[in-house]
Amino acid sequence: MAEITIKEVEHVAELARLRFDEQELEEFTNQLDAILKFVGKLESLDTEGVEPTYRAIEIVNCFREDEVKPSLPVEEVSANAPESDEGAFVVPRII
Amino acid sequence: MGNMVDYNISTLRRLLDEKEISSEELTKAYLDRITVIDPEVRAYVTVTEKEALKQATEADKIIKQGESRLLTGIPLGIKDVICTKGIPTTCSSKMLKDFRPPFNATVMERLNQQGAVMLGKLNMDEFAMGSSTENSAFFVTRNPWDLERIPGGSSGGSAAAVAAKTCVASLGSDTGGSIRQPASHCGVVGLKPTYGLVSRFGLVAFASSLDQIGPLSRCVRDAAILLEAIAGHDKRDSTSLPRPVPSLVNACGQGLKGMKVGIPKEYFIEGVQEEVVSEIQNALRVMEERGAELVDVSLPHTEYAIATYYIIATAEASSNLSRYDGVKYGFRAKNYSNLMEMYKETRAQGFGPEVKRRIMLGTYCLSAGYYDAYYKKASQVRTLIIQDYKQAFEKCDVIAAPVAPTTAFKIGEKVDDPLQMYLSDIFTIPVNLAGIPAMSIPCGFDQKGLPVGLQLMAAHLHEDVLFRAAYNVEKGLGLEAKWPKLV
Repeated sequence: MAEITIKEVEHVAELARLRFDEQELEEFTNQLDAILKFVGKLESLDTEGVEPTYRAIEIVNCFREDEVKPSLPVEEVSANAPESDEGAFVVPRII
Repeated sequence: MGNMVDYNISTLRRLLDEKEISSEELTKAYLDRITVIDPEVRAYVTVTEKEALKQATEADKIIKQGESRLLTGIPLGIKDVICTKGIPTTCSSKMLKDFRPPFNATVMERLNQQGAVMLGKLNMDEFAMGSSTENSAFFVTRNPWDLERIPGGSSGGSAAAVAAKTCVASLGSDTGGSIRQPASHCGVVGLKPTYGLVSRFGLVAFASSLDQIGPLSRCVRDAAILLEAIAGHDKRDSTSLPRPVPSLVNACGQGLKGMKVGIPKEYFIEGVQEEVVSEIQNALRVMEERGAELVDVSLPHTEYAIATYYIIATAEASSNLSRYDGVKYGFRAKNYSNLMEMYKETRAQGFGPEVKRRIMLGTYCLSAGYYDAYYKKASQVRTLIIQDYKQAFEKCDVIAAPVAPTTAFKIGEKVDDPLQMYLSDIFTIPVNLAGIPAMSIPCGFDQKGLPVGLQLMAAHLHEDVLFRAAYNVEKGLGLEAKWPKLV
């Protein structure tokens, strides 16, 4: 049985803001299917009562004081923008 | 005096400080060598000739004033995943082809503070995703030992440049083996530090709980010098460890007497190339001769590591790479009629197939209905893998293992089967999941003359143990004089 169908791949592509043509969709579906079958082997491992680890070190909540510190000048920040206008990033109208 | 490109950092330090050579001459020698050799090896994405010579001149001033530090005037290469202010930082991707960061990564600031010289930015698998540097959107770097073969990945350029002597040493990054595996394939030293030892500020993120920057070099002592220079707490990286960095250079030269070396049975299995096993066994014999004691250990969850990694790393990557949307920086597609189309076209055209594959896998594993089955499950298995290492390190000080199941394969050999490519990371991946430090050092060659690397792993923040062990193996094997013939 397939781990993933073309329909599901299309849905995931939508979530990931990616676009594929027909051939790519089919290739990706086959490849993802094979990979998912492989990673599915974890299912057979008993992890009852095991706490998940999300980071490999013992640090929590690294805060700093709420003080204003120097930041980057606007011109430098917008220097790499595909399109900018007086420090604002220009994008297609959304409203 | 021989050819100055043949010298390691310690020797260069002496020659520079005694004014026998200048950083300007040294840098020019490297730039000339890059011109001759890099068209064959293709390690560099960007060569920063003008900036390098400027830095060299500055370094010479500092040396003249008697204020040199270990890396002053030393020419280095930097993996193109590390932000260098004003200089293209491409991650070998179309998405960032023309991106010039407005800031320096913390590691760059630390190198600049010492007056090091940057020769240029080094090629890699796109966004650090890959094991062969074949996923670079620009070109494939070649293994200096055999130009038809891969240098490894994702820090392929970093390893190849060190092996080809087109830099003294380099920085790479390692998320699942991306420093250690190319180091092994190119016959150089490569180290992934304890997670949190080196600041990730300015490192373009792939998988934030796994990524680390580390050194690649021609000898163990050079790696120690470079690591000491870049390691240490950084307020701008909240995963940076607020602990002092132990002296690693001093660890080089301490004896092996009393050191227990763990041999994990799960790493010496069928499918590992015979010569890889025999070269490693030879290195283990050398360790014993020098006073180490070999101990059997077990890491029982090793077989689940790849599956665990490819869920966690891709999940984190799918989140990290969502910032590439064509809005604030990087590539933006030309053909769109609304915002959604702009996102999709930009990402469809800006990313290569491997990057898309991993984003898709990661997004799927995190999506509603699948989060528990995949991401949470993998994170639980991660705990089991960490426990494996904790238990093993109760019986030994350092673990010895292969880096890769084979020596460098031919370019094109594995590109059609992504899963096959993933399986070749089996020995390096568990280390990143546990956050422990590990090093690859050259330990021999196969019958084709291709390098074999020995992997050494230690417990959290025990890099000094790694260096102590590695330095002894290096001296015992005496391979330092062997380098590929390129010119």
